[in-house]
Amino acid sequence: MPVQETRLIFKHIDAAGYTNDLDCYLRHGGYEILRKAVQQKPEELCEEVMKSGVRGRGGAGFPCGMKWKFLDRKSGKPIYLICNADESEPGTFKDRQIIHKDPHQLIEGILISCYAIQAKTAFIYIRGEFPEGARILERAIEEARSKNLCGDNILGSGYSVEIFVHRGAGAYICGEETGLIESLEGKRPYPRIKPPFFPAVLGLYQCPTAVNNVETLCHVKHVIDMGGEEYAKIGTPGNSGTRILCVSGHVQKPGYYEFACGDLTLGQLIHDVCGGLRPGRSLKAVIPGGSSAKILRAGERYTGKLKDGSSFDWGLEDIPMDFDSLMAVGSMAGSGGVIVMDDSTDMVEALANINAFYAHESCGQCTPCREGSLWMKKITTRMSHGQARQEDVDLLGNVADQIAGRTICAFGEACSWPTQSFVLKFRDEFLNKARAQAGAASTNGNGAVPLI
Amino acid sequence: MLSPAEQAALDAELPHYPARRALCIEALKIVQHHRGWISDEALRDVALALGMTPHEVDSVATFYNLLYRRPVGRHVLHLCDSVSCWVMGCDGICDHFRNRLGISFGETTPDGRFTLLPIPCLGDCDHAPSLMAGNRIHGNLTPEKLDRLLDELD
Repeated sequence: MPVQETRLIFKHIDAAGYTNDLDCYLRHGGYEILRKAVQQKPEELCEEVMKSGVRGRGGAGFPCGMKWKFLDRKSGKPIYLICNADESEPGTFKDRQIIHKDPHQLIEGILISCYAIQAKTAFIYIRGEFPEGARILERAIEEARSKNLCGDNILGSGYSVEIFVHRGAGAYICGEETGLIESLEGKRPYPRIKPPFFPAVLGLYQCPTAVNNVETLCHVKHVIDMGGEEYAKIGTPGNSGTRILCVSGHVQKPGYYEFACGDLTLGQLIHDVCGGLRPGRSLKAVIPGGSSAKILRAGERYTGKLKDGSSFDWGLEDIPMDFDSLMAVGSMAGSGGVIVMDDSTDMVEALANINAFYAHESCGQCTPCREGSLWMKKITTRMSHGQARQEDVDLLGNVADQIAGRTICAFGEACSWPTQSFVLKFRDEFLNKARAQAGAASTNGNGAVPLI
Repeated sequence: MLSPAEQAALDAELPHYPARRALCIEALKIVQHHRGWISDEALRDVALALGMTPHEVDSVATFYNLLYRRPVGRHVLHLCDSVSCWVMGCDGICDHFRNRLGISFGETTPDGRFTLLPIPCLGDCDHAPSLMAGNRIHGNLTPEKLDRLLDELD
């Protein structure tokens, strides 16, 4: 049976005649939910979000309601909301679509969320690579202000809120919430150590702060519209709502697709939705949740038990695309960036590319990550230059194992997971390359292999 | 000293924040926009305007991919070299830059027209390989498409 998209966030995006201005948004029922929301008690809205079980769409999948519940409301300090629009996980391109094509949906989501947590100021931290997106958002905020949807005493409710767009200048670490906060304060974006600097307690300017992803804030709008319990019926228990999947790489129809969580398997996504692989090619591997997610190899079998106690036995293409299933097979749903690789892909070269990215983007604050990401890059670079040593494969794994869990932020895990999973799952390919190169080096007259 | 135009652009953003230094990135972008790149002198000007030390400003200026601490060409082309673009052949586009303009990543053409820089994922992976020139993203790059783009940029 062909799988059907469930478009909640992307309901209007790409529809004929749908534009990103306020008039068009209002014609499609825009800001009606905000109107409804400001007549309710803020804590009721928080309760609905909690009931919905909606999980963060930025990468970690942390329940949004829980994040809001942790906000320190007794400190007497102002509460801030930050919309994390620093979408930079390689393979992810959903937030850009929302910002460019339906900015008012995001603004409405932000306004409802601000009201729910009683924030008076919201910042949209948008990555420097989205200059057009920043311009679109600023225009959208001005439009909303002109209709009293934003600013003082919105819709006569007595509640006032301001939204500001803050532009970054290109740094992956600014997607990490405490790095983002440092950047927003005008400092070098070194992530903060937790505890004590949990944003919900000591966030922006040491005030309680909620940091939510663009897509998550859009979901809040739909949660309030439908009611938490109704929203939770979409998807599977613990994986409520819809999920935007961004598919790139070796498929016929790369693009963004929205499905109820767990509604389709990875195989259906690749073959039914994305038109399959290029002619004559077979599937080799998939990175299911942005470049940090552990890679999945074609031909693998995954067995085990899910959270609800049921057991599973899946091949790669049988895996349901939701948070818990992808975690159960040892990877993650992450940011929803699905990168498909066919049999033409050289896995050593692929890892060399990914390692170069992490070595460049490590902020350099913690030694294991700064040095480890650099060494992993050096090793895979020399493998891709034909200068591997036989022990390099084990050395790679060894370096990776010493990063994760030893750093201030999750970048340590993010940079070691690709190496750990590539080397484990494509060990023969790595070993063969290393052996061949090490053998050639000893006979090619160049003497010792240079260590670059 | 910031020029009047630079100061005016900065002042427009100031009311949004409780602290001046929050404008550090924006101020650096403003001077970069007016002066092409961020020289040591520009750095000192920003520091003075925001009440920061030049070292603090430099710790920000040296961190980000889109802030240039060295002179760049009239057009800075940011070619995505992250994994999705790599899978779809950004290496070939890199080769084409080398063949046609004689530049690799980090280099500027002798006539000062183009600088080529790598950039992590632009979020245009469904149109990989992709590059950013000014405010525009150009996806589904082929050598022919790149040629046309380069011809359009003076």
